[in-house]
Parts: sequence; structure tokens; C-alpha cells
Amino acid sequence: MKTLALFVVILAGAMLIYAGQDLPAFGDINSPAYQHRMTQYFIENSLSESGVPNIVTALLANYRGYDTLGETTVIFTAGMAVILLLRRREK
Amino acid sequence: MSGVLDIVYAEYNYWIYVTLMMIGFYAMIAKKNLIKKIIGANIFQTAIFLFYISLGEVEGGTAPILVGGHGEHAAEVAHEVIYVNPLPHVLILTAIVVAVSTTAVALALVIRIYQEYGSIEEDVILAARRKLQPEFSEHARLKGGEDE
Amino acid sequence: MSRIQESVIVRTVVRIMVPFILLFALYVIMHGAGGPGGGFQGGVIFGAGIILYAMIYGIDAGKKKISDALDRILASTGLTIYAGTGLLCIISGGMLLQYGAVPLLPDNPAEVSKYLIDFVEIGIGITVSAVMISLFFDVSSPESEEAEE
Repeated sequence: MKTLALFVVILAGAMLIYAGQDLPAFGDINSPAYQHRMTQYFIENSLSESGVPNIVTALLANYRGYDTLGETTVIFTAGMAVILLLRRREK
Repeated sequence: MSGVLDIVYAEYNYWIYVTLMMIGFYAMIAKKNLIKKIIGANIFQTAIFLFYISLGEVEGGTAPILVGGHGEHAAEVAHEVIYVNPLPHVLILTAIVVAVSTTAVALALVIRIYQEYGSIEEDVILAARRKLQPEFSEHARLKGGEDE
Repeated sequence: MSRIQESVIVRTVVRIMVPFILLFALYVIMHGAGGPGGGFQGGVIFGAGIILYAMIYGIDAGKKKISDALDRILASTGLTIYAGTGLLCIISGGMLLQYGAVPLLPDNPAEVSKYLIDFVEIGIGITVSAVMISLFFDVSSPESEEAEE
């Protein structure tokens, strides 16, 4: 069983490394993700549109605000789920 | 020879993340202990986080906080500095929060399982479940049906 | 009570450090707009400060500072602040979480957006810290009840 698991893991790892050959080099400024116009748009316009110097905060709370609302709901729900699972009833 | 070294220098970070991810994957599928499975899942998630953050890395770039962004002429200053890609950071901030939430719920479930069965070993729990609650166990019900 | 909890050095250091940890957490939350930081990080630091206090001075002392009821109220309050900000934008005539639509400063929508982002970060911080504290108390509560019996 452990041999099978090890075999599967090594196979998957080899496949991932083979597939990863096409990824851009580490720290490459010409990588498609960085040269894409969305990234450049956010870097240039986030301050004038959101008034916040931190681009990550501007993205998180303004452009992706709805996603962050869902994220906060996820963590709230996780807290409530743990309360339901573990908290004893108050006498 | 230098060509091989260039490839290693450009891509070694991905190999590290694949190794880390496979360590977590092995722990998830081969370990019987539920806590070790959760630790494996966390290692797996961390490998994904590092992979995304390294995709956003730009050589010579600074943190994605606009230099001089607090002053009056911030927009002019922003063009002269290279920033790393902020989009992976935002995605991973979301992913980290989800990872924390899933880990918390998983650990709470393990605590409840331990209170119920007195063990966190997978095979012990399955054996106890078959023995104590035959009417709730799919496996035992099918087996019993065949016997009768 | 374990040996670490009885140690004078640990108790003194924790008593001195906890207020500064909480202050740093507030700094990280409020600094999220202009530097590294934000609601999630600051909330976790705030929760860690309270958890540190509860670990050394006992769960019951920690629950005296933040009770279960207060914890639940805080967790919902943070989420309500966030969703309420979104609703405020809708009432003001914009879309959900379109901060610029809120007519606080009519001539400068980016400035309004800056303050509302800070407000939203505070909401996130309150929820995250309350959930972290509640997770710790939930996981640790059976032991303290056994100690009482």
C-alpha cells in the first residue's frame, strides 16, 4: 500500500516537473502574467481609482470587494461550524 | 553545460514546490492518522501558495505598495519603479483564509471523532464503526444482506 | 496548571507584552491601506494576543476578558459592517461595494473610497479576531471544565 502511494506520488511529481518546463523563468519581467494589460492597469490606476497606495489592499477591498465579502463569510461560517461541533450546551 | 545551469537557475523554484507538494500529497494518501492527513493537506496548500507568489516575482521589483503614494504627486512617481505582480498576492490572501477555515473545521471534526471513537487512526475508527453501528455502516449492511 | 503557567518570568513578560501586541494589531489593521497589513493579518495578530493571555493566565481569565457572548456578537458585527458598507453604496445609487458612489465628499470619490476601505478593513479585522478567539476557546474548553470538576 505504501509502495503504491510512493509510486503514485513520484509519478505525479515527475509529470508536474515535466509540465512545468514551459513556465516562465523565476523573476522574469517578460512573463505573460506581468506583461498582461490587467496587471499594468492595476499598477497604474489603482491609486487614482481607490485612493490607496497599497495595490494589494486596493485590489482586495475595491476591485475584488465582493470576493472578500464572501471570504469574510467563509471564515465566519467556519467559526460557527466549529462552535456547532464542539461547544457544549450551556446549563 | 551552461545551458543546463541556466535551466536549473531559472526553474529550480518550481522543482522545490513540486517536491513540497508531493510530500504533502504522500502524507494525505499514505498516512492513517487523521491529524497527519491534515498536516499533509496544509503542506500541499503551502506549496501552492509559494508557487503562486513566485509566479508574481519580478527581478528587481519592490513590494506592490506605491512609492511616494502618500504624497501629492503619487501618480507620477509610480511609473518609474518596478513592482512585483500584485494579482497573485491578492489571490493567495484569499486562499490562505480559506485554508485556515478548512483546517479549523477539519480539526474540529477530528476532535469530535476522537470523542466518539477514542482514536484518530483511520482503520481503528472504521473497525469500531463497523462493530458498534452496523445499521449505519454501508459496508456492514451490504455484507449482512449477502449473508442472509 | 502546568509549570510554564506558574513561571513568574513568563507571566510577567506576557502581562507586559500583551497590550503592545494588541496595539500592534490595531496598527496593522489601520495601516492596511498605506503599507503592508490589512484586516486579516491584523485580526489574526489581535486574536493571537488574546490567545497568548488565555494560555498563560488560564482559559477562565481569558473568558473574563472576552466572553463567549461578546465573541459571537463581535464576529457578526464585523461581517455586518462589511455588508452594511456594501448596502450603503447601493442606497447611495451605486453598485454593491462601489465606494465612490457614497456622497461623503462629492468632488473626490477616490478619497471616499480610501476611508471606506479602511472601514471595511476594520470590519474584517473584528470578524477574524473574534473567530480566532472563539476557535481557541472551543478547542480548549473541555480541559478547563474537567479541571473545575
